[in-house]
Amino acid sequence: MIPRASRPPHRPARAVTVLVIGAGHAGLAMGHHLARRGIDHALLEQGEVAHAWRHQRWDSLRLLTPNWQCRLPGQAYAGPDPEGFMGKTELIAFLDDYARGLASPIHTGTRVTALRTDDNGYRVETDRGSWRCRAVVIATGATQLPVIPALAAALPPWITQSSALTYRRPEQLPPGGVLVVGASASGVQLADELRRSGRPVTLAVGEHLRLPRRYRGRDIQWWLEHAGLLDQRFDEVEDLARARRRPSPQLVGGPAPRDLDLNALSAKGVRLVGRLVGLDGSRLQFAGSLAMHAASADLKLGRLLDQLDAWALAHGWHDALPAPERPAPTRLPAHPCLGLDLADGEIQTVLWATGFRPDFSWLRVPVLDARGRLKHHGGVVAPGLYVLGLPFLRRRKSGVIHGAADDARELGDHLAAWLAHGHHWESLRQHPNATRFA
Amino acid sequence: MHTATPTIDETIDNGVNVGALLEAREALAQAQAPEAARFTWRAHCDWVGGTHSRIAVEDFHGLGETQHHQSGFTFAVDHPAVFAAADHGPTPVEYVLIGLAGCLTAGIAAVAQHRGIQLRSIRARVEGDMDIQGILGMDPEVRNGFDDVRVTYEIDADASRAEIEALVAQSQKRSAVYDLLTNPTRVRVALA
Repeated sequence: MIPRASRPPHRPARAVTVLVIGAGHAGLAMGHHLARRGIDHALLEQGEVAHAWRHQRWDSLRLLTPNWQCRLPGQAYAGPDPEGFMGKTELIAFLDDYARGLASPIHTGTRVTALRTDDNGYRVETDRGSWRCRAVVIATGATQLPVIPALAAALPPWITQSSALTYRRPEQLPPGGVLVVGASASGVQLADELRRSGRPVTLAVGEHLRLPRRYRGRDIQWWLEHAGLLDQRFDEVEDLARARRRPSPQLVGGPAPRDLDLNALSAKGVRLVGRLVGLDGSRLQFAGSLAMHAASADLKLGRLLDQLDAWALAHGWHDALPAPERPAPTRLPAHPCLGLDLADGEIQTVLWATGFRPDFSWLRVPVLDARGRLKHHGGVVAPGLYVLGLPFLRRRKSGVIHGAADDARELGDHLAAWLAHGHHWESLRQHPNATRFA
Repeated sequence: MHTATPTIDETIDNGVNVGALLEAREALAQAQAPEAARFTWRAHCDWVGGTHSRIAVEDFHGLGETQHHQSGFTFAVDHPAVFAAADHGPTPVEYVLIGLAGCLTAGIAAVAQHRGIQLRSIRARVEGDMDIQGILGMDPEVRNGFDDVRVTYEIDADASRAEIEALVAQSQKRSAVYDLLTNPTRVRVALA
């Protein structure tokens, strides 16, 4: 119940059946499915369509997925370069174009400040008034906040710190060496760009996923998609929590396909060190486990390529493609550096590429677990409350753009059934990971 | 938590009760009581003389209460004759190697059981390199402890080399002693 006093008396809440919060690729995909079903809905967007791509990405970023794979419900890539990789500008144009073709009303410049349960559904407060609705789809993204280790606060004051969300281009950083922390997609790309700018770069490497850009003459995404790995469902994996935590693979998109693994980086002069695990005064401490993480990534890559080769053999692709090959094992320094004193002056900037998390601080409903993570069962959070666009939400591909189509369709079906049957909630009775409000 | 329970192959027996371990993990996850997962390990040391000490291990804290080993264990620690000592037992750093080997090998057996891999034998050679100029205070640039640790496994199992390599990798990922040796740890030493 909302106390009456909290409602601005001059501006009654607007009513709509379904509110979608966020107009990025996931919110737009849901808009498509709601419109197709004739369900009355609106999208609320804090900035403009594709807000994060306009304001929270570095300049040179390109998608990790080739253009042919960039598709949203009802819209496939139709441009001249299916094997290319979109940069920010192209992707923003792609999403703008898609949004213009939707029948969904999109309220831009509308920041949601709170979501609460209401008598017959939800009440959503924004900086431009309140809304009442029966159902809500959260599509605010998985990467709103950087995950930065606590020791960042104790770094010496002369060190410049930036994160993959605030970094834009090399010239923005002070001259001198850079420590990039994290060797997933963001970390390897930023280490590469900064090394190319002529700076000494050290890369702190923990658990990571190594992937070649192309394998046997095809983009790795072609393999993952055709072999069905991207369609693996959330209720089929043995350890879903772990699958959802998987780091993004070491990949880069660009005009010419290339690998961006640790071998490629060390060949360019990037110094590889273990995970950043401690700070003793001004001395950074790196874990002695670099070899273990590299060996583990090599083994996982080998298993994946074995699986892809077996699929190719079973599905008639083997003879049509170049012979199987295996990338060279990861080469590591004979004596990896275990500590660096920032007082030496070599490193002037620490760039955190240590992951992202969504911002759910505006949810005033008890749907977060003890660690602040949203509890949901395949995107169903609570009766009439859904989430889209999180890693492995319903499938391995859920976290990427083309993954939104199937998830939005299925959650749209669930949502339509919920609207039709009111408080009937049988489909979730067995799932403690979705919240049932008292 | 929606956790699929892996099927345990009854015909594989490495002597590890993986089912019980998985049940314990599930129980801790359901309990919403993170304290139950907090363990405290302890040992009691009595100096005998010279570099010789005797160390006893009897109880530890876990699952919310004090737990006891089935019987107490005692360990002699000393240094060999080249250190002008009486050699009543292994050196402290050798106990570190013992801990690492024991931890990784237990991990291999558990992971193999979980993955349905029958083990026939596991042997490991564990070596730690040290420059004793550090402990002798001869050169401040030289650290006291190991500067390189190597573990080499010979494993005979019903599995491919890649699968066995994966066992070894996974055991490192879940090993407490491997973690202790590769990451810094806060250590406080005080007078009672």
